[in-house]
Order: sequence, then C-alpha cells, then structure tokens
Amino acid sequence: MTAVAAVRVPQRAFALDLRAVKIVVQRDLIRTLQDRTRFVAALVQPLLFLFVLGSGLGSLTRGATGSLDLKTFMFPGILATSTLFTAMFSAVSIVWDREFGFLREMLIAPVRRSSIILGKALGGATVATTQGILVLALAPFVHVPLTVGLGLTLLAEVFLLSFTLTALGLAIVSRIRQVQTVMGLMQVLLLPLSFLSGALYPLSNLPTWLSIVVRLNPLTYAVHPVRTAVFNHLQVSDSVRALLNPPITWNGWIVPTWLQLALVASIGLSLMAVAVRQFQQVE
Amino acid sequence: MTAVEVRGLRKSYGEVEAVKGVDFDVAPGETFGFLGPNGAGKSTTIKILCTLAKADGGSARVAGFDVATQRNDVRRHIGLVFQDPTLDTYLSAEMNLRFHAELYGMPRETVAPRMEQVLRMVGLWERRTSKVLTFSGGMKRRLEIARGLMHSPRVLFLDEPTVGLDPQTRASIWDYIHELRQQEQITIFLTTHYMDEAENCDRIAIMDEGKLVALDTPAALKATVGTDRVTIRTADDQAALAVLEDAVLTPDGIVISVEDGESYVPRLFGTLGVPITSVSISRPSLDDVFLSYTGRTIRDSEQAPARPVMLAAMAGRR
Repeated sequence: MTAVAAVRVPQRAFALDLRAVKIVVQRDLIRTLQDRTRFVAALVQPLLFLFVLGSGLGSLTRGATGSLDLKTFMFPGILATSTLFTAMFSAVSIVWDREFGFLREMLIAPVRRSSIILGKALGGATVATTQGILVLALAPFVHVPLTVGLGLTLLAEVFLLSFTLTALGLAIVSRIRQVQTVMGLMQVLLLPLSFLSGALYPLSNLPTWLSIVVRLNPLTYAVHPVRTAVFNHLQVSDSVRALLNPPITWNGWIVPTWLQLALVASIGLSLMAVAVRQFQQVE
Repeated sequence: MTAVEVRGLRKSYGEVEAVKGVDFDVAPGETFGFLGPNGAGKSTTIKILCTLAKADGGSARVAGFDVATQRNDVRRHIGLVFQDPTLDTYLSAEMNLRFHAELYGMPRETVAPRMEQVLRMVGLWERRTSKVLTFSGGMKRRLEIARGLMHSPRVLFLDEPTVGLDPQTRASIWDYIHELRQQEQITIFLTTHYMDEAENCDRIAIMDEGKLVALDTPAALKATVGTDRVTIRTADDQAALAVLEDAVLTPDGIVISVEDGESYVPRLFGTLGVPITSVSISRPSLDDVFLSYTGRTIRDSEQAPARPVMLAAMAGRR
C-alpha cells in the first residue's frame, strides 16, 4: 500500500506548491499593512535624496545638466534604489521568523522549500513595488511626464529589481540566526550598492576605477533601464542625453536594455537557487 | 497498521551517539509517552520521526510512510507541537490556522468548519480574531495544539506540551488532550519529563543515554518497582541501618522497600530497637520507575554530573 501512496500526481503537487507560494506572499502583505510606519519610513531617505539633495545640488549643476532639472535626472535612480531597503527588509524578516520560531512552521510543511523561498522573494518584490507606486506618484513634481505605458514599464522594472534584491538578501541571510547581525550587515551593504550603481550620478566621464566598479555592480543594470525608460519620455537634446543617460558599454559594445534586464533576472534566479539550497541544509 | 514503527534507529552527532539502536511500535489511537532526561536522545528520536533529522541507521515509519523516503507524506499525516513557540504573534489566531491550512493543502471547503472545530476544542473560538501577541502562554500553547490538529493528522507529536506552564494551565492542557482522544481517531506521541503527566499515557517508553530502558503501561512499570517505600526518621540512623535489610539512607530519612507498607510499619516499631521519630509510606510512582531503570531521579539527571547523596549511599552499601 505504501508503494501506491508514494506515487504522486505532479499536477496536484504543483497546485499545492502554488498555494504555499501564495499564502507566504499574502502573509508578507498583511504584515506590511499592519506596519505602515515602516512602509512610510522607508520612503523618507529616498525623498530626502530627491528633494533635499536634488534641490540643494541642483543650483551647483544647473550649467552642467543643460535645461534639465537635477531632480528629474535623479528621479529614476531614486525610484530604483527606494526599493533596496524594503526588499532587503523582507529578506531580513525571515531571520526574524527564525528567531521567533515561525520559520519552523514553514519549513516543516509538506511543500517544497523552494515554494517558501519563492513566496518570500515575491512577497518582498510585491511590497517594494507597492512602495514604488508611491514614489511614482511624485513624478509630476519633478517634471517627469508620466503616462500609463511609462508607469507600467517602470513598475515592471522595479518589480524585477526588487525580486532580485530580495533573492540576494535571502541568499545572504539564510545562515544567519540573529536579527542584529543581519541588520548590521544590510547597513554595510545597502549604501555601497546604491552609490556604486549610477543611481545618483550619470555614467559619463567617470574615473576609470569607478566606471569599472559600476559595471561590476548588478544594480547598475537594473537602474539603467529605469532611467532609459524615463529619458525616452523626456524632451531633451541629444547632447544632454549623451551626458546624463549614456548607454552602458562593455569594452565599447553597447549593452541593450533587454540584455540588462535578462541579466538582472538571471542573477535573481541564481540567487534564489542559492537561497533554496542554503535553506535546504538547515534543519 | 501501526501508527509509529521504529526499528534499530541510530543517530550520531559527530562523536556523540545520541540514539543507539531503538525499537518500538505505537498502536493507532494510543497515547504514547516518551520519557527521559534532557540529552537522553528523545528529542533526536522525535526529530527523526518528524522528518526533521536523518537517521544514520535503522528505519522508522509514521502513519505507514517511511520517514526517510516519503518525507512529505509523513509530514502531511502528522501534527507537530514543539516546546518552543512557532506562531506568528503579529497575526490573528485565525490567520495562523489559515496559513497552516494553505501550507498543508487542505481542501478549501474543509478549512472553515475544521478551524471552528479545533478552535472550539481548545476554547479559543471567541478569540479567533485577536492577534496572538495578546494571548497568555497557555493560550498560545493551546493554539499551537489546535494548529497541529488543523489538517486532521493521524499522529500528533507533542514535544513537552506543558513545559513552562503553571500547574493550572498544565491541567487544562491535559483536559484538552483527553477530550481530543475522545473526539478524534488520533495517535498521540508525547515527550515529557513531568512524571505525573506521564501517567496520563496508555504506554510509556523510558529512554536513557540513547537507549530504550523500559516500555510498558504505567501500571505495569510501577509493578516492576513493586514495593511500597517506607521512610522513617530515627534517633540513630546508623544503628537502625545495621538492623534493617534493603534500606538506604537518603536526605529524607531511611528508605525501606517492602511489599506491604501498612502491615510492615507496626512490626517495625516492635523490632527496630531504635526510637522512630517519624514515618511515611509512599506507593511507587513513575519517578521510582525511572530511578530503578536509570539509577537516577529524572531531576538529578538534568542537573550537574555530581552524583546525589542517595546514590552515593546506595553504592556504598552494595
């Protein structure tokens, strides 16, 4: 009789895994709704960068950016990096779950570990993208002409980016047992990641070392498509475009947007795989 | 079909052999108590049965499924209540159960009625929409039990279900467990180191240093210890010990094991020849069973390795 019971109907197993993914995402959303303070607090830093730094430095750079407001230039970078904190926090929450025991409830369920981890990554991406909608609502204040098409493109790119970031976070935290440790680690990680991504400055005329580091940072390939999408909707001269949104090149070859996005997606999926394997090894 | 079937189970952690070849069966519908001090290997055994650890040797089947090769089938048919909390305290009681129902792939139409049933059973139906962080320790434990039952498991594992709870709450948890046995066709496998609680079980296995040292009903186990214990205090213990056979000196006085305590005491007064200042008779308890099988009381075996006075005295007299 046991031999019979061992035979699985794949479709049913798939449906079960899907339900597990959905409930893990749903839990993340419920928890986010309950903790609106954190949700809003995560927006403070990007807004400071955009409106305070953007306005303050804007007077310095007025000559250099041509007709373009510095805030308009910074907007896509801010939109992309505003997801960093939230996505990483979603990953951190799994360490939190471990400390409070709830991770055990998830890991002993009769579903694949990958569905739990996938649920976590999608949950982080969903929360971060929701936050992206709030940042997107600021577009009119920084002279970005928002259309439905542009909005959806940006949100899709933000979703992809935050999925990859959450996966990165999950891969990092999988072996960490204390929330304090992971909080410290994230602090060390977040600023360099965003500073070295070209989110806050154009990629043209960089010193060689920085242009190399920026090209090695995966975040660069997520920020650039966002900025390109915005610049495609701006009325600016070619020289301003070349200065503020130059294409990313590898040894002189222009990396197309689709390849950048594919790169981000495959990094995200690989990190997911790493995270799943790591979590498989713990109890 | 047996609910739990364990054959030659072994598990080592590095140099330490935690489980050294254990065999036992648990029948369906049975309440099976797993007794032993911390470090006896009972947690490791239960982890293997729950598919949370892999055995190094031997085999185990739970609810008819092999724990090594049919992990998800085992998981779907067991309920687990750990001694450490595993609830999401920021969610409501209801949401915790719903989460569980989804993870275990319960048929959707059964979720709501089953939730009401298990929440009523543990007396938390009225509090279902409250966040778990507003619950007391006993309520949380009851909610964990309800959650463990949510997907109608065939075997419910309760790892120290009442540890850290006050006596009243402990008693109420046991009331729920008894009620559960009447309402559900379920096998309960529990670990405890409260001896008085172990008496609630149909059968008890005593584990010590990775081995099963006894396995029987509480009554039969107590019968193996057999005798009543008469404890006396005297004016001159050494003189009394010289006269008495099978007596040991403990901090509580001299303990004598006899068949029938009530008739022995009057005779003792006549024959001892040393003034007796106090007498008490006690019937064998599982504590004594544990003592007789392991040579230690369960409390002693969890404290520092220093051997207690009583054992030193016993060893000295042999």
